[in-house]
Amino acid sequence: MLMSLAGIIFGVGFFIVTQAQTSGFEQFFIRTILGTNGAVRIEDKFQQSMFTMVAAGHDAGASKFEVVTDRSARKYIKGVEDPALIMDALRKFKNVSGLSEIVEGGVIADSSFKNEAGRVYGIRLEDHLAVSDLALQIIRGSLEDFRRSQQGLLLGRELADRLQLRVGDSLILQANDERRRYRVSCIYETGVSDIDKLRIYMHLGEARSLLKRTEGASFIQVALFDRDRAPQDAAQMSDVLRHGAQSWQDREKSWLNAFNALQISAALTVSTIILISGLGMFNTLAMLVIEKTKEIAILRSMGYSRRDISQIFLWLGAIVLVIGTLGGWALGLVVTYGVSKWPIHITGIFTAETFQVYWSFTHYVVAAISAAVVVMTAAVIPARRAARLEPGDIIRGTSQ
Amino acid sequence: MSAAAQPPIALRCANLHRYLGEGEGRVHVLRGVSFEARRGNVTAIVGPSGCGKSTTLYLLGLLDQPDDGSIWISEKLMSNSNDAERTIARCEHIGFVFQFHFLMQEFTALDNVMMPMRKLGRLPEDQMEARARSLLADVGLGDKAHRLTTQLSGGEQQRVAIARALANQPSIILADEPTGNLDVKNSAIIFDLLTKLAKENGQAVVLVTHNPDIANRCDEIKPMRDGEFVS
Repeated sequence: MLMSLAGIIFGVGFFIVTQAQTSGFEQFFIRTILGTNGAVRIEDKFQQSMFTMVAAGHDAGASKFEVVTDRSARKYIKGVEDPALIMDALRKFKNVSGLSEIVEGGVIADSSFKNEAGRVYGIRLEDHLAVSDLALQIIRGSLEDFRRSQQGLLLGRELADRLQLRVGDSLILQANDERRRYRVSCIYETGVSDIDKLRIYMHLGEARSLLKRTEGASFIQVALFDRDRAPQDAAQMSDVLRHGAQSWQDREKSWLNAFNALQISAALTVSTIILISGLGMFNTLAMLVIEKTKEIAILRSMGYSRRDISQIFLWLGAIVLVIGTLGGWALGLVVTYGVSKWPIHITGIFTAETFQVYWSFTHYVVAAISAAVVVMTAAVIPARRAARLEPGDIIRGTSQ
Repeated sequence: MSAAAQPPIALRCANLHRYLGEGEGRVHVLRGVSFEARRGNVTAIVGPSGCGKSTTLYLLGLLDQPDDGSIWISEKLMSNSNDAERTIARCEHIGFVFQFHFLMQEFTALDNVMMPMRKLGRLPEDQMEARARSLLADVGLGDKAHRLTTQLSGGEQQRVAIARALANQPSIILADEPTGNLDVKNSAIIFDLLTKLAKENGQAVVLVTHNPDIANRCDEIKPMRDGEFVS
């Protein structure tokens, strides 16, 4: 019974730890992508090329026909033609907390050491700080310098390393046969390799001039108060604004699916510890019923009912469950805390210096429910068997 | 003694039949047993091994069900009752003493005696404990109430079993070879205790024994052979 109890403690504990870790990394990834690319991106304008008229529903007050648009029959026009108008409309959405108009284009960055391909993001700094964690991602230099200087640039760390550039150094950006000199105001690091090795932030006016794009925007980055409502908001924005709108869940679907699969896989793997402990407990209780048949018979002779007998074994299971769950919770809590302080260095999809954990009471509840299902199932069968024993048969067998 | 002065019947059975085993191994163990036990009387059922003594006792104690015949406990017909009713009747009316004491080894003598009372639930905890202590004192174990049963001798364990059988003040005590596992001295002590307490409390005692000395000291002897009482 002690081994089963230990198994339940370890099973519940490790269930919590693995869920805290996988959720922790997922949450960290989500924070990173929201802090760099925002919750929703409004991009290419579209025109509906096909409409279908269908009879309306049963609502007597409604029109007799309604127009159904076919999403596959859209014609897209690159970029946002009138960003000011679109942003005015976006501000009317209650969930929108910030907007940033961005002009994007490819450039060749040329330092005295070498040249590299990059992508310029023309931004209004204050707007962009409201839709991203850019201020927190600065690792060298100061945003104040960028604010003051029209020729200032924010350079990703990987790109700066490749070009061997430091804060204050100058570099030439080349686009559309235009070559202009700029100065590195800050170096930032998002932890997302694809961003840090490519993206160059500059003032919106300067980007328009360099990329020869005097009007319009490549896209609008939108921050939301409630990030979880992004898919619904994006769909509504798309319908209202006639522009493509992509939520972060849609944009990062493959990574989120991978995290989800990892979380389920970890839960299933660790649940086998609980399951094996449950089997061990079933064995122990089944043996206990065999060992205690005499005692069961004598209790029945005293007037204890079948239900009383089965409750003895169910209580045994419940005690193991309660101690195992509380012990597992304590173990999970301590190990999760320990793991959160464990130093590691991860870069690629995000940058982390320690294991990321996500503290959620749900993990503790789910672990307890898993243990309860396994332990009580393991207790019910022996309990029912004990209750079915006939006292006369047992006593007759032992007294003759 | 006139019929009017006779103590009331605590337990009665009529024409009990019981078969044990299956198929070709099926044996007709009891062949129409009829019997009655009165309060304050001690009845011994005697007979050779396998004659059906213990089977009769288990039927009378509602631990088993007859294939035919009737059993009345305090004039209430119980042979056709369901498991729940038989369980309640055992708790309220019947105390068992077995050849092997069948005490719960993980508990003290006091706990063992309190177990039937806890199930019956008629007394509050402090009164249950007081009664259990009093019963243990009656069987000479007042100073060993808090000992685990494993720390008691065989005779002492059987005395705890008697105290336990008396715990709910049942009208019937059924004892299956209660001295069968004890030496002569302890057998005499246990028998004296059982009969003394039963008579004091007006309980009907039915005991199965192989011991002629014990049987001869009972108020009535019911010899049994091949599943029937013989005169």
